[in-house]
Amino acid sequence: MEFGIKPLGRERLWLWTLLLPTLFGLVFSAFGSLLATIALSFTNWDLLSSPTWAGLKNYIALFTDAKFLKSLSNTAIFSAMYVPGVVIISLLVAVLLNRKIRGIGIFRTAYYLPAVTSAVATALVWNMIYGKDTGILNYVLGLLHLQPICWLCTSHAMVSVVIVNIWGAIGEGMIIFLAGLTAIPREYYEAAMMDGASLTKQFFKITLPLITPSIFFQTLMATINAFQAYDYIYMLTRQGQGDSNIPVVVFSIYRNAWYFGNYGGASAQAIELTVIVAVLMLIYLWLEKRYVFYE
Amino acid sequence: MKQKRMLDIVTYIFLTAGALLMVIPFFWMISTSFKLPADQFTKTLIPNPVTLSNYTKLFSVDLNFPLLFLNSTVISGLITIGQLLTCSMAAFCFAVVKFKGRELLFGALLATMLIPFHVTLIPNFIIFRWLHLIGTSVPLWLPAFWGGAFGTFLIRQYFLTIPRDLVDAARVDGASLVQIFWKVYMPLATPALAALAIFTFQGAWNDLLHPLIYMPAAPNTTLTVGLAFFQQQMSHGGQFTVLMAGAFISILPLLVIFFFAQKLFIEGVALSGIKR
Repeated sequence: MEFGIKPLGRERLWLWTLLLPTLFGLVFSAFGSLLATIALSFTNWDLLSSPTWAGLKNYIALFTDAKFLKSLSNTAIFSAMYVPGVVIISLLVAVLLNRKIRGIGIFRTAYYLPAVTSAVATALVWNMIYGKDTGILNYVLGLLHLQPICWLCTSHAMVSVVIVNIWGAIGEGMIIFLAGLTAIPREYYEAAMMDGASLTKQFFKITLPLITPSIFFQTLMATINAFQAYDYIYMLTRQGQGDSNIPVVVFSIYRNAWYFGNYGGASAQAIELTVIVAVLMLIYLWLEKRYVFYE
Repeated sequence: MKQKRMLDIVTYIFLTAGALLMVIPFFWMISTSFKLPADQFTKTLIPNPVTLSNYTKLFSVDLNFPLLFLNSTVISGLITIGQLLTCSMAAFCFAVVKFKGRELLFGALLATMLIPFHVTLIPNFIIFRWLHLIGTSVPLWLPAFWGGAFGTFLIRQYFLTIPRDLVDAARVDGASLVQIFWKVYMPLATPALAALAIFTFQGAWNDLLHPLIYMPAAPNTTLTVGLAFFQQQMSHGGQFTVLMAGAFISILPLLVIFFFAQKLFIEGVALSGIKR
């Protein structure tokens, strides 16, 4: 039978007192918010006048509003570059760090540093790095006799911003992969070495299959983060009126609600984003059953 | 053996190059913050001459940097206290107390982790606007006082590792439910509480979107919104040197915590990774 102490008499009251904040959050903040956002998505409301019924108007706009469709494709492109980027690079760093080398502490600190500090503060430096006329990156290009690039103009902004987002996320991925790698028994590698298996063969036949749970988890987290990415994009590409060179969906939600007073439309966009993330999670869980190897 | 040596060298070269890419922006931030405004775009890492004028300018009246710092400290502190308290309260009930509907309630709580945060933005804003709390810090820290799935889960997992004999012994001694929670479980859960505290504080300190919605008007806002606001002001003939000084001071508290509690950071992340 499950473990647990039974509350006696008046303690029953104490039990629910201890649970009260969480119950409140569960009912009003979490599920309540979801329901409220769904309800709002069927209204026109600028918060100044009373809300009016909008029917499916906000949902039709999801398929016809060119600006929103653009933000949707931006989010998709962003995720398609960001997720594999984070997973592959942090796995690579973790594999190298796992080779029992000296100075692992210093390397770990260096790689984790961007994950500790605020995106706002570091984005200010990245602005100086990416600057068109005065930036460090273009200065380096100049030394190599290459043409300067407008890193944050619409044509290149996506790649530039993805690079910074990956830079900020490698630390966490590395830690998660290191935890997974150290759990692989050394004997496996020793046995492989006896059989004369090459290092690449060891990586693909031992490391990769045994690390699939960590890869799965990290891909899941990176996907969630990609769909919620905001800070670096805001700091590096924002323009007047809450706009951006590469508006993503969170940008579109923020702008529609807090700049245009279109709370109904913004709610419909938030619901669509939620549905997309939920569907992706279901696909991942299906893939997990098929391809992830648990010992 | 020779092959292994070669491999070691290649590993070091790769890792060092990568580590440099990770830390160069920080060195550049610190270096620029000690340069004269006239030298803001010079491409030397060591400032010449070195000046402290950017830091003194930061604390001049019109930027109101101390207020930003104070706001961020108070808000992040309140959020951390709220999460530690309410998450551990619920975690104790889920881990130790037997009651009807426990599994169902815990499952529902875990399910909320799948609700993306942007769904809560608009309803919360409407309620706090109705309560006339926009422009104050209340909407930022109050929600931390109604628990959270991640924190509750983290603490519950730790509570489950505490030997059950302790509870039985305390029960025999006549300890009440609340006494067992406060006197037995909380002191023993210090590592988990510290990890949650660090994560919560870091998230709150670095948050941009929520303060942007609730406290958008400088000067009475947080460090993140304040810095974004300075950046906008300075884009026309601005002084990046002052901006970098502000950025450096804004990350300093977390850097200090990180260097002293690195193990907690690392273990906390690793823990969240194997929580499945």
